[in-house]
Amino acid sequence: MMPTVSETSPAIEVRSLCKRYGDYEAVRGIDISVRRGEVFGLLGPNGAGKTTTVEILEGYRARTSGEVSVLGHDPAKRSFELRRRIGIVLQSGGIYSHITPREALRHWASFYPHPREVEEVLALAGLTEKADERSRRLSGGQLRRLDFALALIGDPELIFLDEPTTGFDPEARRAAWETIRSLRALGKTILLTTHYLDEAQELADRVAIVKDGRILAIGPPRELSPHPPGAAHYRVAYRDAGGELIEHETDDPTTLLAELTREALARGERLEELSVARPTLEDVYLELTAASSGDRDA
Amino acid sequence: MPDALSLSWRQYRLERKMFWRNPSAAFFNFLLPLLFLAGAGAILSGSQRDLDKLLPSIAGMSVMSTTFTALAYNIVFLRERGVLKRIRGTPLPTGSYFGGVAANAVTNTALQIAIVVLAGRVFFNIGWPPHVATLVVFVLVGVVCFAALGVAFAHVIPNFESTAAYVNAVFLPIVFVSFFVFDSTSAPGFLKTIADALPLKPLIEGLSGAMVAGAHSPSHLDALAVIGLWGAFGLYFAIRGFSWEQSRT
Repeated sequence: MMPTVSETSPAIEVRSLCKRYGDYEAVRGIDISVRRGEVFGLLGPNGAGKTTTVEILEGYRARTSGEVSVLGHDPAKRSFELRRRIGIVLQSGGIYSHITPREALRHWASFYPHPREVEEVLALAGLTEKADERSRRLSGGQLRRLDFALALIGDPELIFLDEPTTGFDPEARRAAWETIRSLRALGKTILLTTHYLDEAQELADRVAIVKDGRILAIGPPRELSPHPPGAAHYRVAYRDAGGELIEHETDDPTTLLAELTREALARGERLEELSVARPTLEDVYLELTAASSGDRDA
Repeated sequence: MPDALSLSWRQYRLERKMFWRNPSAAFFNFLLPLLFLAGAGAILSGSQRDLDKLLPSIAGMSVMSTTFTALAYNIVFLRERGVLKRIRGTPLPTGSYFGGVAANAVTNTALQIAIVVLAGRVFFNIGWPPHVATLVVFVLVGVVCFAALGVAFAHVIPNFESTAAYVNAVFLPIVFVSFFVFDSTSAPGFLKTIADALPLKPLIEGLSGAMVAGAHSPSHLDALAVIGLWGAFGLYFAIRGFSWEQSRT
């Protein structure tokens, strides 16, 4: 395993991780390295192996092979030391029906050596007004905030968020994003899984696109490309004099723009709605996942 | 940060609080055996012998319902809801968690036994238990046995909707066979064999000797051996088969 534990060593280091359930290979050789203070997104369709990967890192599942280090620990050993330093938001985690958020946070706080203040965490999660409401009377969005609050109460260095906004309405998603941004502002390292492109784009410093247990691409969302580095595609679009939308793809937008504008000026026309765009995460995602589709999505 | 023992105490206090806030659980734990006691007591009120048999039977049933039934329900519910999985991801020691859960069950059993003893004295002309130490021993051994069996049985129940069916399929036949054989002098031989091999009738016999003055009871050691064997069986499967999360289908 990776022995050094310092402030500069990665929060999470995964090499050649594989997980097999019987004949089915859920994870087929994943490598990731998450820096401290980074928000790292695992993006992929349902059944891509995101949750399996995260649950191995959280210590819920044993890996079949590969090397894993979380804050310098092997999570499979389930040490108290590691569990005191991580916070987990499960994809679906329940709570006692008759407990209030304040009681739950007080109870959970007692598990940790240096918990945060209950009131502060209630405020951070946006639960102050519902602090004394029984959990069975909380809405789905409020319960999700309680998930965040419980993951946060131990003041963890590293937080796992497994599909934190699945099933949310747009307003609740925005609110959850705000909470995640405030966690980042606190200097927390966050590993996030999502199948929402906009979520990865909004929140993650770096994204790994996962499909069928493999990583297809990895990098900052705006720099991700389905093509080799240096061959990044640009899309140049405008409306011609007839109002028709024209699109060009190019690796060299400078030259193309110079030609287009020179010709337009020579004709005395304007390039209406002229835009130069890098492929969006969505373009990359669709291109990558389409290329490997045909495999079963399980 | 508290040590494992005070974490257990905190877990216990939380379990108590959650228990009292759930009226249906409180009902099943306390009211049902008491209604049974009141109903059967009214019917049998003419015969002191029947009442002497009834009281330890209800006490034995109470031990089983506050441990076996209650834990099977709780574990399946908490597992299906994901509460167990969430707790698993925290630094709360497993022993502290189960210590609190077990102490909660023991408290319910103790309360229930106290109510049954009190009811026996006030309504059925049965005095205070003549052998308190024996009573404590049998209640404790019964709690360990049926609590372990309840946790082990929770592993068999596929989902919360089917819990009542699964639990009653075990609870009711055991209660009826044990009550019948304990009460009857002319039970068929095979029923007697079955009841003697199950843990409830030995428990009721032990409780009978402890609670009712002058009650004839067979060897306490035999009874404790049967309950103890079931307890060991239960503990083995409770620990070995324990699952913190709902298996994904």
